[in-house]
Amino acid sequence: MAPEYNMMELMICVASRYLEDGSSVAVGTGAPCAAAMLAQKTHSPNLVILFEAGGVAPLLPRMPISVGDSRTFYKAVMAAGMAEMMTTCARGQVDYAFLGGAQIDKYGNINSTCIGDYYKPKVRFPGSGGANDFASLCWRTMVMTVHEKARFVEKCDFITSPGFLTGDGAREEAGLPEGGPYKIITDLAVMGFDEETRAMMIESLHPGVDVEKVQSETGFELLVPAEIGRTEPPTEDELRILRDEVDPGRLVIGRA
Amino acid sequence: MKVLDEGVNPLFMDPDPDKARDFFRGKTRAMIDKRTTVKEAVEKYVHDGCYLAIGGFGANRIPNAIVHEIVRQRRKNLGFLGHTSTHDFQVLAAGKVFNRVDSAYIVGLEARGLSRNARRYMESGEVQVTEWSNYALAARLRAAANGVSFELTRSMLGTDTLKMSAAKVIECPFTGKKLVAVPALWPDVAAIHVHEADMYGNSVIRGISVADRELARASKRVIITTERLVNNAEIRNDPTATAIPFYMVDAVVEVPYGSYPGNMPYLYFSDEEHLGDWLKAEKDPDEFEKFLDYYIFSVTTFEDYLVRCGGLKRMEALQRLENLVDD
Repeated sequence: MAPEYNMMELMICVASRYLEDGSSVAVGTGAPCAAAMLAQKTHSPNLVILFEAGGVAPLLPRMPISVGDSRTFYKAVMAAGMAEMMTTCARGQVDYAFLGGAQIDKYGNINSTCIGDYYKPKVRFPGSGGANDFASLCWRTMVMTVHEKARFVEKCDFITSPGFLTGDGAREEAGLPEGGPYKIITDLAVMGFDEETRAMMIESLHPGVDVEKVQSETGFELLVPAEIGRTEPPTEDELRILRDEVDPGRLVIGRA
Repeated sequence: MKVLDEGVNPLFMDPDPDKARDFFRGKTRAMIDKRTTVKEAVEKYVHDGCYLAIGGFGANRIPNAIVHEIVRQRRKNLGFLGHTSTHDFQVLAAGKVFNRVDSAYIVGLEARGLSRNARRYMESGEVQVTEWSNYALAARLRAAANGVSFELTRSMLGTDTLKMSAAKVIECPFTGKKLVAVPALWPDVAAIHVHEADMYGNSVIRGISVADRELARASKRVIITTERLVNNAEIRNDPTATAIPFYMVDAVVEVPYGSYPGNMPYLYFSDEEHLGDWLKAEKDPDEFEKFLDYYIFSVTTFEDYLVRCGGLKRMEALQRLENLVDD
């Protein structure tokens, strides 16, 4: 019998599989941190976890609440600062970063600044934080988010952090180093980006989800390749480690 | 140097390094006793209209006694450096002390949620904002700390964050590539909370320094609050540990539990219950006014606030939490 799991658990397990051994990842709190911890405890024991406020390769004893709290440099190899972390990204030594936001468009641009007119915002959000730096300077960025129409929009009200901007060649034109969005992991599917147009494309559908469902929750036309994969559900091992070791307090995964 | 593009929002502070040098020329290098009280430090160094920066990282190693005192003394029209400011921003926004903000991260408390009251203030139109990324702000401080007028980064290119900043895109004279020039920022005053300091201001930070090394070097006036005052001999026994030397510092105040309800690495964890109370109280403006009155305006010192939050018993519980000892 296949094990039971919730969508958060699925998303975390899927995200963790992309973090290969020996790579480095800048994470925030919550689900991305859980994915990095899970990867470290399964297939990527040598994954280097970095926190923007200065924590380098900690032995995370439990989930941090803030990307700058003391858990983020518990038994770390170095307790540095913001500039050290961001210049490490700028030098090209950070492979992955996780981002989040209120809106994401078809080129993977992210809005975490405001809804409505910038000078008279309907809603003011925090802004870039370190997200723009990660999106500009890391090799590959990933997003974990619920899949809903209000979030997946044709055009962001404000581009806080760069994806592929207006499509193929736009990052280069803007002067950004090579990089950009890699995978968007939602509760419905995994999306990647078309190599030619740089537009968002369905890569694999989660169990029980079809293309129509994903498209109906997306505010723009998704590219659909001839062959779409099926997301591998979490394994028993992944779920056990996630529940018992990564998030025993069930702060992120909730009560399944 | 060719300017290819530039942000449209205001630059709040003059990036001229010679003006900063003139100021620093007049600042004393004497190793003198700088101990004072929170109240006096704020009266003396945080003036209406000045540009303020807060050290730490939102709810981690923040100089919260100074933050409360600025609100209690009802400062107005401050400029503010919002580089991952979370609880500090929430408290200062509650006091409506600032009217212009260089923002990389404001109104949120990371995974805890958004501050409704700070959002209301930022959506009211009363506050001018210029956007940056966290690194852009750290780089602006580093430019100031280096005594030059700008620093370079490849962040922000191609985005509205750049458009709503006061940065300039320039062409690299060596490679022809695009770079973002971010102007030096010399805050009028910064408050930084540290683990140990002597009476002259020599300060030790344990754990991550965030942007505080740059901030102490960039700021014209520096107020240090410290968990523990130590003898100068202790500093001299381990000079490698000194993050901030005395000649940058103007005031030193001993404030045990001074980062509460924020985390202080190796000493006490954040009080998530009390931080949750702030978010809850903000739901209803009348309720929030009473809340502020109880915790800030009706007390005279930060120690009184700590007592109202549960005193030593609560602090000891947070110490156990920091040390991963389960209650």
